[in-house]
Amino acid sequence: MPGGGLILHALLLEPFGLSFMRRALAGCLALSLAGPPLGVFLVLRRMSLMSDVLQHGILPGVALGAAAAGLSLWAMGLGGFLAGLSVALLAGSLSRATGAREDSQLAGVYLVALALGVAIVSQSRGVDLQHLLFGSVLAVDDAALLLMAGIATVALLGLAVIWRPLILESFDPEMLRAAGSAGARWHLAFLALVVLCVVGGFTALGTLMSVGLMMLPAVAARHWAAGLAGQVRAAVALAVLASVLGLLASYHLDLPTGPAIVLSAGALWAGSLCLGPHSSLARRWLRRPHLAG
Amino acid sequence: MMPAPVRLLDLTVTHDRHPAVHHLSGVFAPGSLTAIVGPNGAGKTTLLRALAGLHPVASGVIDLGGMPPGSIALLPQGGALDRSFPIHCLDVVALGGWGRAGPFRPVGAEGLARAAAALDAVGLRGFERRPVGALSAGQFQRVLFARLMMQDAPVLLLDEPFNAVDARTTSDLLALVAGWHAEGRTVAAVLHDIELARSHFPQALLLARHGLAWGASSDVLRPEQLRAARLSAEAWVDGAAPCRAAA
Repeated sequence: MPGGGLILHALLLEPFGLSFMRRALAGCLALSLAGPPLGVFLVLRRMSLMSDVLQHGILPGVALGAAAAGLSLWAMGLGGFLAGLSVALLAGSLSRATGAREDSQLAGVYLVALALGVAIVSQSRGVDLQHLLFGSVLAVDDAALLLMAGIATVALLGLAVIWRPLILESFDPEMLRAAGSAGARWHLAFLALVVLCVVGGFTALGTLMSVGLMMLPAVAARHWAAGLAGQVRAAVALAVLASVLGLLASYHLDLPTGPAIVLSAGALWAGSLCLGPHSSLARRWLRRPHLAG
Repeated sequence: MMPAPVRLLDLTVTHDRHPAVHHLSGVFAPGSLTAIVGPNGAGKTTLLRALAGLHPVASGVIDLGGMPPGSIALLPQGGALDRSFPIHCLDVVALGGWGRAGPFRPVGAEGLARAAAALDAVGLRGFERRPVGALSAGQFQRVLFARLMMQDAPVLLLDEPFNAVDARTTSDLLALVAGWHAEGRTVAAVLHDIELARSHFPQALLLARHGLAWGASSDVLRPEQLRAARLSAEAWVDGAAPCRAAA
């Protein structure tokens, strides 16, 4: 039926005939490859909310970068990376030094960082808080695309390098220590990669939503696979799907792009939660006969 | 690699400055099979953790006789691991090859074959792809034993290896321990079952923070000694003064 084909073409392919849509898609695909695998580890290490802390924590660095070097993407990126890493390290070392719970120190440090960021932005002319907070996927230029692709490459390769120690450090940290390898080193490398991905996300999605594409697919992934590798693959696939769906929704329904992408990821999470093959609500509610052995 | 003697010289290990192991001296002879026995809070686990390099030594010396730090393998209490982590049995056992492969070198077909053989030896053939979250307590303990075999260390420390494990699993695991002993490895296990210690462990260390007795298990595990261990103070004393015992 040619009519149906045309409609499908108009719905799914035509939007990507526009160059700004293609750029946005390329950027989001880069983010989808790099972030979700790290997100899966954040979930498994009971650090899901760390992503939230970091996306607020990078704001003062981004703002300082913007104030110092105009709206240079690289300056904002570098500033954000350093600020995010400082927030994580400062909270970690404060909790070790005083015996306080790490989450309380994280909350304290990131709230201060967020307020500091907003204060810096309001003091510097020419920096648009709205833009920093919400990003603009459709305004992704060559520099931003290069930054996102570069970050995705480093994050993917970095995760491949620390894959085995990170698994051991998550599953049985004491064995790693007994073998004479300081677990903190791998934890630190992992945190650096996470901060890198948060910074990569902020150019497109803004500091408010940069981790949406990283965490929602990672949270949904456990409903698709029992093993770690399967969960990582599922998370990437869900993120790619969310990017495409979100861009299409934003085009056709005239929604802001960042929220549209994160909402798509949220819808996929809801779907996985209800219907996924592993520990989903459907599995729980459908009473099926028990097995013979 | 043959084990060297593991000597403790006036060893004190503390929690927050309170001694958990207090002025303990003695030696795990090469190839010895020792049961470490004592009431709760006697410092048994702390001693193993200090030997494995997981707990700092407050004073005294642990002399490994020149063995590198990775020569001591510890079987932790099962609760110390994150069993909800999505990892399957073969990978857990293969992680025991960390000493050889480290973070980056390939485990290789030979390493995976050794891991599969270790799973087979603990009676878990066919469990390679089973996630650890789906195992019973006894099966998980078998996996940890397989990982210990994969570590192939000259000195093996077992922390309550037969807790929450049924009679058949205990006898299977005891056979593995006897095998390691026959291979000439040094083995020490924290036990609560005195009969088991008497019947399967030639040496025994009776610990109540201080070492009460260390030697042949028939001498160490006599009723009057065990009673003395039970009576010794379990809790530390708030506001205790610094220890003045001669170092």
